[in-house]
Amino acid sequence: MTGDVAAASAASGGCHLFSGCGFPAPGLQDFNFETMFTIGSWHVTKPEVLAILCAIIVIVFFWVAFASPRLIPGRMQSLGEMAIVGVRDMIVRPQLGKKGDAYLPFISSLFFFILLCNLMELIPVAQFPVMSRIGFVLPLVLFMYVLYWYQGFKTKGFIGYFKSWVPHAPLFIMPLLIPIEILKYVIIQPFTLAIRLFANMFAGHLLLSIFMVATWYLASLSIGLVYAAGSLFMVFFVFLLELLVDILQAFIFATLVSSYVADSLEYNH
Amino acid sequence: MSLAATVVAAGTTSTLTISHLGALGYGLAAIGPGIGIGLVFGHAIEAMARQPEASGRIQQFMWIGFALTEALALIGFIAPFVFS
Repeated sequence: MTGDVAAASAASGGCHLFSGCGFPAPGLQDFNFETMFTIGSWHVTKPEVLAILCAIIVIVFFWVAFASPRLIPGRMQSLGEMAIVGVRDMIVRPQLGKKGDAYLPFISSLFFFILLCNLMELIPVAQFPVMSRIGFVLPLVLFMYVLYWYQGFKTKGFIGYFKSWVPHAPLFIMPLLIPIEILKYVIIQPFTLAIRLFANMFAGHLLLSIFMVATWYLASLSIGLVYAAGSLFMVFFVFLLELLVDILQAFIFATLVSSYVADSLEYNH
Repeated sequence: MSLAATVVAAGTTSTLTISHLGALGYGLAAIGPGIGIGLVFGHAIEAMARQPEASGRIQQFMWIGFALTEALALIGFIAPFVFS
């Protein structure tokens, strides 16, 4: 059963407490979607539509804001400047310093793309966080992986980059330290970057849909109404929690990318 | 299911399958990060109380520390789905 079908069968209303049907627990099946329409051999599904929509919103917003910049900013330009300066002062500058301003366009568009993709979780009709499909996270992480390797080779040279991985330490601890550092840069950093964003969105969507389905399921003319009220309260609570988590995860992704790039740019051990 | 463990208690019989053990595993996986996140935020608050003028810088590292700790719990969360 796909997400659409599960939602439709839950909304059709047959399934309530004491009506003889079990709790339709949300699970992995809620993350698979039917094809919405087909372009050639490309089957477009809901997450793809949402991802493209988010990209278009980000592009159009910054295009409108900065297409013809003026000394006295208009309404959209002020908003755009607030967004950019916020990313600069909270994410890029603390990690990369002044010279990191070259990365500002990249990091800020990354931040707002991920933020919008996450917020799609809470917007009615959309109601699906794009980043809870790992297929959307992995290409992003691949970009970041290539970026910080490329930047490291460019600034420190081929051998120098590998040398800079290992901090100064007594010689006897090196056999332990070198494998750990190699593991960290090659596997752990990109893996945790991907898993963190993916699993947060996955868990959030699952949590939200569990309480929403539970509210519907418990709402029968019986003692269940009391529990349904409790479940409905949890829906609002989890909604606010997810709002925090969405912003936090976009922030952390951008911050960690900046800090990995900073690692490649300087000898900070 | 060959690996299923049957629990018989007070006349009721319920079956623990591998997919249920995933939830148990997540509970175990959340212990360490729970303690860790508590330490991260606790020490960050302590540091900010000692030196309020450095709170901006402390918060930066606090969120990074939070993210790194939380990753472990999340790996525990998705592992049952991966191996189910």
